Amino acid sequence: MTTHTQDSVEHVTTPPGAGDAPSGDGHASRLTARALVAALPGALRKLSPRRLASSPVLFVVEVGAALTTVLAVASPTGFAVAVTVWLWATVLFATLAESVAEGRGKAQAASLRASQRQTVAHKVVAPQDSLVFTTGLARLATADVPSASLRVGDVVVVSAGETIPGDGDVIEGVASVDESAITGESAPVIRESGGDRSAVTGGTVVLSDRVVVRVTAPPGHTFVDRMIALVEGSERRRTPNEVALNVLLTTLTVVFLLAVASLQPFAVHAGGRQSMIILVALLVCLIPTTIGALLSAIGIAGMDRLVQRNVLAMSGRAVEAAGDVDVLLLDKTGTITLGNRQAYELIAADGVDERALADAAQLASMADETPEGRSVLVLVKERYGLRARDEGELVGSVLVPFSATTRMSGLDLVGAGTDDRPDRTVRKGAAAAVSHWVHSTGGHTGPDVAATVDAVAASGGTPLVVAERHGSAPARVLGVVHLKDVVKPGLRARFDELRAMGIRTVMVTGDNPATARAIAAEAGVDDVLAEATPEDKLALIRREQEGGRLVAMAGDGTNDAPALAQADVGVAMSTGTAAAKEAGNMIDLDSNPTKLIEIVRIGKQLLITRGALTTFSIANDVAKYFAILPAMFVGLYPQLGVLDVMRLGSPQSAILSAVVFNAVVIVALIPLALRGVRYRPASASTMLRRNLLLYGVGGLVTPFVGIKAIDLLLTLLPGMTS
Amino acid sequence: MNEITAAVVQIGLVVLLLVLVHRPLGDYMARVFTSRRHLAVERAGYRVMRVDPDAEQRWSSYLLSLLGFGAASILVLYGLARTQHLLPLSLGVSPMDPAGAWNTAVSFVTNTNWQSYSGETEAGHLLQMAGLAVQNFVSAATGLAVAVALVRGFARSGTDGRVGNFWADLVRAVVRVLLPAAAVAALLLVALGVVQNLGGHVEVTSLAGGTTVMPGGPVASQEAIKELGTNGGGFFNANSAHPFENPTPLSNVVEIFLLLVIPFSLPRTFGRMVGDLRQGRAVAAAMAVLWVSAVGLLTWAELAAPGAVPTAAGAAMEGKEVRFGEAASALFAASTTGTSTGAVNAMHDSLTAPGGGVALVNMLLGEVAPGGVGAGLYGFLVLAVLTVFLAGLMVGRTPELLGKKIGRHEITLVALYILTMPALVLVGAGLAIALPAGQAGIQEGGPHGLSEVLYAFTSAANNNGSAFAGLTVATPFYDTALGLVMLLGRFVPIALVLALAGRLASQGTVPAGEGTLPTHRPIFVGLLVAVTVVVVGLTFIPVLALGPIAEALA
Repeated sequence: MTTHTQDSVEHVTTPPGAGDAPSGDGHASRLTARALVAALPGALRKLSPRRLASSPVLFVVEVGAALTTVLAVASPTGFAVAVTVWLWATVLFATLAESVAEGRGKAQAASLRASQRQTVAHKVVAPQDSLVFTTGLARLATADVPSASLRVGDVVVVSAGETIPGDGDVIEGVASVDESAITGESAPVIRESGGDRSAVTGGTVVLSDRVVVRVTAPPGHTFVDRMIALVEGSERRRTPNEVALNVLLTTLTVVFLLAVASLQPFAVHAGGRQSMIILVALLVCLIPTTIGALLSAIGIAGMDRLVQRNVLAMSGRAVEAAGDVDVLLLDKTGTITLGNRQAYELIAADGVDERALADAAQLASMADETPEGRSVLVLVKERYGLRARDEGELVGSVLVPFSATTRMSGLDLVGAGTDDRPDRTVRKGAAAAVSHWVHSTGGHTGPDVAATVDAVAASGGTPLVVAERHGSAPARVLGVVHLKDVVKPGLRARFDELRAMGIRTVMVTGDNPATARAIAAEAGVDDVLAEATPEDKLALIRREQEGGRLVAMAGDGTNDAPALAQADVGVAMSTGTAAAKEAGNMIDLDSNPTKLIEIVRIGKQLLITRGALTTFSIANDVAKYFAILPAMFVGLYPQLGVLDVMRLGSPQSAILSAVVFNAVVIVALIPLALRGVRYRPASASTMLRRNLLLYGVGGLVTPFVGIKAIDLLLTLLPGMTS
Repeated sequence: MNEITAAVVQIGLVVLLLVLVHRPLGDYMARVFTSRRHLAVERAGYRVMRVDPDAEQRWSSYLLSLLGFGAASILVLYGLARTQHLLPLSLGVSPMDPAGAWNTAVSFVTNTNWQSYSGETEAGHLLQMAGLAVQNFVSAATGLAVAVALVRGFARSGTDGRVGNFWADLVRAVVRVLLPAAAVAALLLVALGVVQNLGGHVEVTSLAGGTTVMPGGPVASQEAIKELGTNGGGFFNANSAHPFENPTPLSNVVEIFLLLVIPFSLPRTFGRMVGDLRQGRAVAAAMAVLWVSAVGLLTWAELAAPGAVPTAAGAAMEGKEVRFGEAASALFAASTTGTSTGAVNAMHDSLTAPGGGVALVNMLLGEVAPGGVGAGLYGFLVLAVLTVFLAGLMVGRTPELLGKKIGRHEITLVALYILTMPALVLVGAGLAIALPAGQAGIQEGGPHGLSEVLYAFTSAANNNGSAFAGLTVATPFYDTALGLVMLLGRFVPIALVLALAGRLASQGTVPAGEGTLPTHRPIFVGLLVAVTVVVVGLTFIPVLALGPIAEALA
């Protein structure tokens, strides 16, 4: 489709902030005060212990907060109250993070819901099994029913201006459809019966003509319903890696619980019994609250970043798998090359003027309405300055359009006032067909032309031979038009980027191996699958997977469905068939196959964010020890005062500062969790070194600064300098 | 030769010996555990035990065989200890009490060799040779078998959890590795002056004219396997501080080398078996960093002699042997606590406060620097899995180690492994210090008394066996509690490691690419060391603050 080809071109020529994905949607990731306030009610609801129990880290904090509340009420000292307040703040900040992340999907869900309004459907009243593909269905009698009452298999008629009442397949007619409610793309798309463009989505609007649609999804389970559930995060299940990380965080929590619980007998033995409030404060500071609080926000935001790019992931598992992808299968046409072959150069035969060849090629292409034909006109205009002919110049001439039998197109030019024999005949077409025509007039093709034809074919191009005949003289060959695939600009850099990430790209094409290899070399892909059938594609995916590799691919046709289902990440184009959409685990609403690269990037970014914040969270503990331990035991063993490297105001302000830092750091990191950490493609070693430095070493140092700063502020407050 | 030169020369000598020996020994062990041939003596053994050494076991039956063997061993040892007065070569000792017998049986079967009894006066020759010496071999062999099973888990793919045959691994470890190595080592020790006879106690007239009882026995042979198998149970109560066990500075260096040699060679075996020697080198490097740090810190602590008493005395020589000096004692202490051996050539109670703290932390690391025979390697591989999980995400892929994905099940097993030791130490020591029965054994007040209790439970949970003398442990409470801790501290991690091995072996292997986190580069080694230290540090720093840290800063 031309619309989606243009779309792809646009995406490639303006790479979305190449190398710096997060800034691409900066507007969406900025955390505003309004967003925080809007998220507050949701955050409060999430405080329910039953909901928090699924995150043991936060559950422990909440139990601790409840405990100190009781103690603070029993003996309300300033310190007890302050610790209690900040412990509750810690839990609240955690639920707030999740709530803010969810809030970003809410707006999108609301606009989708608007498209789900009840509409009236014109249902064809006839037994379902009689409604087979045929013509004339639109003339059958219809009854108006509410769209919510439609069942799978019902057939409805939708005319221009009406909303399509449910998901379905067009079984009769052609219509242009406005799908902007779902894709945000205002240009209408064509939907027609049969083939790969037959799927329509409920909630979209027919702009012209009339189609008959067979409903394929029951109300409440349509594509838009699934989209709403996805963007709202209500259907979110934890991804495998998230579950595993949660196991580890829980274990760390148990370890620290034991460490703190066993500390009391030791302290008692040493003669320095600790108050319950201090023990709770120590525990909360040690358990990995930062990552525990942000874990689910990171997951929701990752899905959301896909939604921002108009990709719907049917499961979080697929997003995670995208980060692990080793092999990327890309279709040649529309993904790596522009949709069609284009005239690239003219090669004149021996003794023929190149301009004469250009002139003839132009005349021969006048009748060629294919994109290839039009590209010849563009080439001769740009390279040889030949303007398009006026209609007047060619009065009386006969256009000979391309046909499958002659495999030639051309023009029979009639000069002024002569008989009915054409003065000049030009032909352009496949080498064999044109040669045959030339021979039939008594002419011959020179060895140089044959050599040119072979050379062009060997380079992966398509040779078209141009010949002309004056009057009844033997025809002669003028030269060859070299058609070739035009690789989209900027792709080579992106493939290099993928290679740096350790991802191999494989181009899939129906071309012969020589052609395929030539294009592959030009585009910079690693491998090709030439003369590929859908079965070959499936076999290739299986082969890679047997070797332990993860495969991603994009597809839209029904015959892509098995491969989409087999691939670890299968991105179906939203213009594709229902079968393809069902088989894939992601749907690209823009139908831009190049987006696979974006998806991989987002998957990786999600995993890195998780790892970075985990590392940061654990590294933070070191500084907290230096704050809290001397504060706890300096009365018992004054020599432990040496450990108070931050020189904090008082034992109480030290402990409180650590608790406050622990809570505040959650809020401070919400934007990072939502946006994802900066991601630049690089080798694993480079990436590890950079992230370790940033989040590991940064996690060690930051709290020393933060706790000291908070302590300075606290000592200014009355009642804290004891 | 001053102390610092002596320290450098001794450390250099040990390192040189290790560098020379670890390659051939590591390669040899890899061949032993991958060979398809059986020796005649092994075949005979399999026939007696009625096992088919070629039958691959799933991890669960591997574990059951191992646990069955362990349980039988404990029963036999318990029986021997309770009835030793009725047995030949008893030297007239009396039977052990039930708690002591339980403690001793568990202690030797778990490769801990914690001794709450005094070897020369409470254990007869038969118990020493048929019971304890046998366990010195088979408990070390058990550790080797578990390590090899885990390595197979990494090396294999798609095997529905088959990780080898326990009996074949056990027999090969004894027959082809430990016995020949111990024989060579024993001869070497005899040559260096260690006692070896079957005589009883001999009465001699001393120079001063009085009479002393000179204990004799098969000392050198037991000494060899005590070190090689990272067992640590000495023939004499004074262990390697006793002149009959460890007569000269040279024998001291040789003994330190012996206890380090198998743990430092196993990474090479690992590298060979997974077909990537770089991986083995990375593990060895991480072990070396930890061991060298511990040796360096301990040597510094002993030579600088911080603390009031050593400063007053001029050197920290209390509780140390004059023939070795502080540096040799420090090197021995760091190596014995780093290898879960627990043999001592000086009283750890008498190490300076920071020195004792280093010895304690060395054990708290989970015995991975370089750890016990087998246990060190599998402990470190588990830590490597944890490290990959924490940091691996930062390269934008779900975590994987040697082509094995670390998913929920794998990390659950690793998490439980990491949890076991701290739980045993903290709960055990916490209870001991809270209960009157536990408090009764504490000799000193203040931070040092706390260190003694913490050290005892740490030593038991990590199957080290060394002790901070000063805590009276030959009581029913400590015998029972520490026995339990030793048992759980050995077999719970083993069960988890074997389950992990099974899961890894049944996984496919993901090929490594540009995007895979490389696990053989210095940055990963550094990360592995950091994770090991930070995880342990965060867990134990509060308690350590009240013990060694408070003591050291005083």
